[in-house]
Amino acid sequence: MNIDSIQNGIVIDHISAGNGMKLYELLDLNSLDCSVALLRNVSSSKLGRKDIIKIDKEFDLNLDLVGFVDPQATVVMIKNGEIVEKKKLDLPKTLINVLRCKNPRCITTTEQEIVHEFRLTDRENRIYRCAYCETKANL
Amino acid sequence: MRSIIDILDLSVEELDELIQTAQDIIAHPDRYSGACHGKKLATLFFEPSTRTRLSFEAAMYELGGNVLGFSEAQSSSAAKGESVADTVKTVSCYADIIAMRHPKEGAPLVASRAASVPVINAGDGGHNHPTQTLADLLTIYREKGTFENLTIGVCGDLKFGRTVHSLINAMSRYKGLKMVLISPEELKVPSYVKKDVLKKQGIPYVQTTDLEGAMPELDVLYMTRVQRERFFNEEDYLRLKDSYILTPEKMKNAGKDMIVMHPLPRVNEISVAIDDDPRACYFKQVLNGKYMRMALMLKLLKEAGRI
Repeated sequence: MNIDSIQNGIVIDHISAGNGMKLYELLDLNSLDCSVALLRNVSSSKLGRKDIIKIDKEFDLNLDLVGFVDPQATVVMIKNGEIVEKKKLDLPKTLINVLRCKNPRCITTTEQEIVHEFRLTDRENRIYRCAYCETKANL
Repeated sequence: MRSIIDILDLSVEELDELIQTAQDIIAHPDRYSGACHGKKLATLFFEPSTRTRLSFEAAMYELGGNVLGFSEAQSSSAAKGESVADTVKTVSCYADIIAMRHPKEGAPLVASRAASVPVINAGDGGHNHPTQTLADLLTIYREKGTFENLTIGVCGDLKFGRTVHSLINAMSRYKGLKMVLISPEELKVPSYVKKDVLKKQGIPYVQTTDLEGAMPELDVLYMTRVQRERFFNEEDYLRLKDSYILTPEKMKNAGKDMIVMHPLPRVNEISVAIDDDPRACYFKQVLNGKYMRMALMLKLLKEAGRI
């Protein structure tokens, strides 16, 4: 199966198989007015199977969100058909407006226009906690 | 702008400094009686409280300052739907420092980000209550003379008890601590407290349901109330509320130097007959709380350049 290469845009590669759709939804790629390809279960020598997302437009990609969902993914920026930058991801220390706290006692459930903030408290086990009430994030 | 939301916002050195200031206030109250002259504390209590609000107010009066504020959400603009951020931005125009209690967890953090004066968390739901921990620490220090090599028993509601979690956090930074966690099965210390604090810091601890059996080895027994407001189910509350009642009979199991602490209010987990026992320290805690709040407000106002 072939998908045309893109001229100016972003490729998110090495996404663990199964995470592609999750990223597509969390990044709200459906709202973009350009071509977006989501390839699932592509053969990969490194991962066995992987997902890939190709976005035919330069835009401000939320790298924290990509790193949070899949820290082993790679992000490649393309300009005039050439790779201009490869970004290595890591688990972000804080997540701003990515997750919402599910604790009904948390202030974020009642205050309008509050910044939803989660902090990485345990890198090994990928545990994030709400900055306000310290409730563990359910992914 | 420095605010205190969590006891861990204060380093061990800063805790020592606050304890020294509080001891100095106790020894020389006259030296501090005008320290906050012309300054105003706003007590924003979105949830009822007797002890904490009056303690903050008494603390500011004893420093020579004044107090304004409200003691329930219904008498504030919150009843009209005003956000916490807008309330504290407004109050920042009137006061030099804010003490805030709110039923929602994390509300004081929201306040501290919006305020242009220091904010002190005076309790946010079942989450943090750092100035209670300051009161606890001064009491332990004054009664035991040290924070090191102590065996501390915490008893009662260890699941929802915010004072217990804060105390464990604060004490975990001192050498030689041993913890005895006494609670019914349903109200045990949450696993994240054990994992993130006790195990991480290598603090030896024992979990038990047996209060009397644990008492002989304790230096400090910290009793807590089973809080009705933390239960979604009334039946569970009724079943668990009287799990532990400390009586003069049970006190016979304790060493002569063991102190009994309680963040108050108590319901019936400590018999009134113990109040005259010299080992009962819970009303000393109340007094110590006022001195530590004085020390904390002095520190934050100085850091903010307001005194």
